[in-house]
Amino acid sequence: MVWETVIGLEVHVQLDTKSKLFSGSSTTFGAEPNTQAGIYDLAMPGTLPVFNEAVLRMAVKFGLAIDAEIGRRSVFDRKNYFYPDLPKGYQVTQLAFPTVGKGSLQITLEDGSEKVIGITRAHIEEDAGKSLHEDFQGLTGIDLNRAGTALLEIVSEPELRNAKEAVAYLKKLHAIILYLGISDGNMAQGSMRCDANVSVRQLGAKEFGTRTEIKNINSFRFVERAINHEVQRQIEIIEDGGRIIQETRLYDADKDETRSMRSKEVANDYRYFPEPDLLPVVIDEAYIESVRAELPELPNAKRARFVSQYGLSDYDAGVLASSREMANFYEEVVKICGDAKLSANWVTVDLQGLLNKSDLDISQSPVSAARLGALIGRIKDQTISSKIAKTVFEAMLGNEQSVDEIIESQGLKQVTDSGAIEKLVDEVIAANPEQVAQYRAGKEKVFAFFIGQAMKVSKGKANPDQLNALLLQKLKG
Amino acid sequence: MSRRTVAELSRSLARGEFSSTELTRDYLSRIKQFNGVYNAYITVTEELALAQATAADQRRARGEHGPLTGIPIAHKDIFCVQDVRTTCASKMLSNFISPYNATVVERLNAAGTVTLGKTNMDEFAMGSSNETSFFGPVRNPWDPERVPGGSSGGSAAAVAADLCAIATGTDTGGSIRQPAAFCGITGFKPSYGRISRWGMIAFASSLDQAGPISKSAEDAALMMNAIAGPDSKDSTCVEVAAPDYMATLNDSLQGLRIGVPRQHLAEGLGAEVESALQAALKVFESLGATIKEVDLPNSHLSVSAYYVIAPAEASANLSRFDGVRYGYRCAEPVNLEDMYKRSRSEGFGSEVKRRIMIGTYALSAGFYDAYYIKAQQIRRLIKQDFDNAFKDVDVIIGPTTPHTAFKLGEKNSDPVTMYLEDIYTIAVNLAGLPGMSIPAGLHTHLNKRLPIGIQLVGKDFDEARLLNVAHQYQQNTDWHLQRPEV
Repeated sequence: MVWETVIGLEVHVQLDTKSKLFSGSSTTFGAEPNTQAGIYDLAMPGTLPVFNEAVLRMAVKFGLAIDAEIGRRSVFDRKNYFYPDLPKGYQVTQLAFPTVGKGSLQITLEDGSEKVIGITRAHIEEDAGKSLHEDFQGLTGIDLNRAGTALLEIVSEPELRNAKEAVAYLKKLHAIILYLGISDGNMAQGSMRCDANVSVRQLGAKEFGTRTEIKNINSFRFVERAINHEVQRQIEIIEDGGRIIQETRLYDADKDETRSMRSKEVANDYRYFPEPDLLPVVIDEAYIESVRAELPELPNAKRARFVSQYGLSDYDAGVLASSREMANFYEEVVKICGDAKLSANWVTVDLQGLLNKSDLDISQSPVSAARLGALIGRIKDQTISSKIAKTVFEAMLGNEQSVDEIIESQGLKQVTDSGAIEKLVDEVIAANPEQVAQYRAGKEKVFAFFIGQAMKVSKGKANPDQLNALLLQKLKG
Repeated sequence: MSRRTVAELSRSLARGEFSSTELTRDYLSRIKQFNGVYNAYITVTEELALAQATAADQRRARGEHGPLTGIPIAHKDIFCVQDVRTTCASKMLSNFISPYNATVVERLNAAGTVTLGKTNMDEFAMGSSNETSFFGPVRNPWDPERVPGGSSGGSAAAVAADLCAIATGTDTGGSIRQPAAFCGITGFKPSYGRISRWGMIAFASSLDQAGPISKSAEDAALMMNAIAGPDSKDSTCVEVAAPDYMATLNDSLQGLRIGVPRQHLAEGLGAEVESALQAALKVFESLGATIKEVDLPNSHLSVSAYYVIAPAEASANLSRFDGVRYGYRCAEPVNLEDMYKRSRSEGFGSEVKRRIMIGTYALSAGFYDAYYIKAQQIRRLIKQDFDNAFKDVDVIIGPTTPHTAFKLGEKNSDPVTMYLEDIYTIAVNLAGLPGMSIPAGLHTHLNKRLPIGIQLVGKDFDEARLLNVAHQYQQNTDWHLQRPEV
């Protein structure tokens, strides 16, 4: 039987505001427990929420970035349930009238094709605190520093069809969030958290299968693994004649498995109703336009511009535009060296390879854009060949010398003196009479042998174009 | 001196007839003497009062005083007062010391009032008789066999028995106006959004509003001047600055158009209340007002709508009382669920639990549309009724309650009869309008005199007009000066 996977993601993004959603408390990560919980966050009797306007701007910004409908009048609701890290006994969220309505996100699949994933909605809500089960001898500790932090919950349509698509979607979302500067997107610290709704059905079936919700997946890698595991688990159950129970499952990264948290069949009735302590948030066109004016160039627009402005391939442009920092780095390199295509190659191949190898982010690159630009500049002005440039690049990692200093001190400068090259060519021809005869007999492939020999003798420093021309001339001669 | 109005006390303090400290000591000794009978106070803050009185006297000596400087006041125990026990008359908060001041308290402190203590009330303001208090019922100073009304029963009794000069109250469905009517004093509920709710423990957030409980309309205006106006801590508090409520108290009533709701004169209204109302209307006519009947066709739906909306909001508002961070926690919980269940079962009284259950039910999946949504629709209809009525009239006047104060225990067996006590007042909260109860008669029953109140309802944010109308009535009558024999 052929199975089709159906995945919808709910992504919680912690918005990067100085203070919480409804209180003035600070949101800095990692403070001593309960030092960043004010009287509203503690749900002291009589306290009231005041909406942090900075959150609205961020949400609208995100909505515009995914081309979504923006709620002209959004309404906060109370979602009621009891849990010790939920101080008020209800979470303030948006149910019927979210700030961000229907939108979409374009993702690139592995084969390079594009797919548009619908986004159902994105609503503003407050985060809960943390329950700490260790270190308290069987008791539970509560840390309310995080309680009341602003979240944007982004809900996708069930349009993702495998774990790789889910990861591509998540990465695109991540890129947009960083582009917009509305969150640090740090999954390990929980600034971006992902819940996946997963079900399987026979290929071609119209109805969805029963879904399970996998909670708290905190890295791109785990998203893929957790979904694949869950899909496998569901298929096995169905093929064994069983049935999937709608439930919430937790992904355990250490054991690489999902396990049941609670069954939805005895689920909470959240008894949503409009939050009477807050007025509806009403925004007009002028507000939306003022936010639009602040929007940075987004990944797709940037990619298109890279293609048209720099003549890059769609693929290279896509890689470079995938993160704002990568794109900025690239454009700085281009500005310095003036060669867009060479820059693209160097950034996407050589630099990216290096970063991957040392598990670094572009922001932690050991080679600055300025130095890489200088290096490419020296290729462009023929001071060094592309091949020698790789040697220089290696050398740049180990020291702080300028590109020119490295070339100078290691004697890597390209030989462009035609007399010297001619002498080199003569030597090579003289040393290899047999190959000369072959060439002259019409076996032109041997030409590469002479180039190789000449480069070997010159330690790679001979200008390839000049070498080519002279060799050709002398061999034909 | 304890019988005087705030306005009179303020003049005496200004003339140096006595100091705030002397006045405060007088009230404190009356409280010691009579609180055992009326149970109006849950907590008496003697030390704080004397310190504030001293500070007020010093302010006055420096000439930095306002009309409320040195005036002894009582706060309903629903208002958070920093470092003072704030119980909401519940076992749940019987050990709760507030870490902060309510905005109302903060503003009155700034005006120089002297806090005598925290007054008794129905638990979490849920009740119309003050019998649901964990700290025992309050007794009506006119007849200790009778209830003072609720939920601000302690404040009303304290003002009526001269155990304070003025008090704060809150009104969700009539909790200022009904006890004011039962105790023969003046109770004022401003428009929703006129006064900050910050620090006022929520019962039903979309209906709750703070206001003064006082000996005269003029005193209410004095307090309103101190507490009304925008507050950045409460998003539902309007951003429009409040006017000077004293400035218009003496405006003439010539040409005032008074509407009397046909529905309020119908079946269910006690004869003694109706005749007091008619007499009051004559007084207004003599002052130049014209009277006409108005129609509030949906008013009969208000109690039903209210008992969906208020409990629904309350069911969520009271979820924070879970025994986790503060307040009552049951002994020896075996696990989380046990802690929740027992802390809440043991910490809340039966009326509070009844309303949490009603509210939880009304919000449940499958019932939400039939109850909560329907109730909100009725709420809009009720507001429309008032809007229509106010096209032709400036003020609506009717009875505050159907009857005078009832006896303790009389209406305990059937919650619905108790709920119907608020039939005239509830619609005003649903519409968010300002409402006021002023004394308009005394009914003698078995040798006991029992006060009768009439209700004045104004247009949105037209508090100044209500206070003006009430003040002019009080200038021409003396019902508000009547006191029980304590």
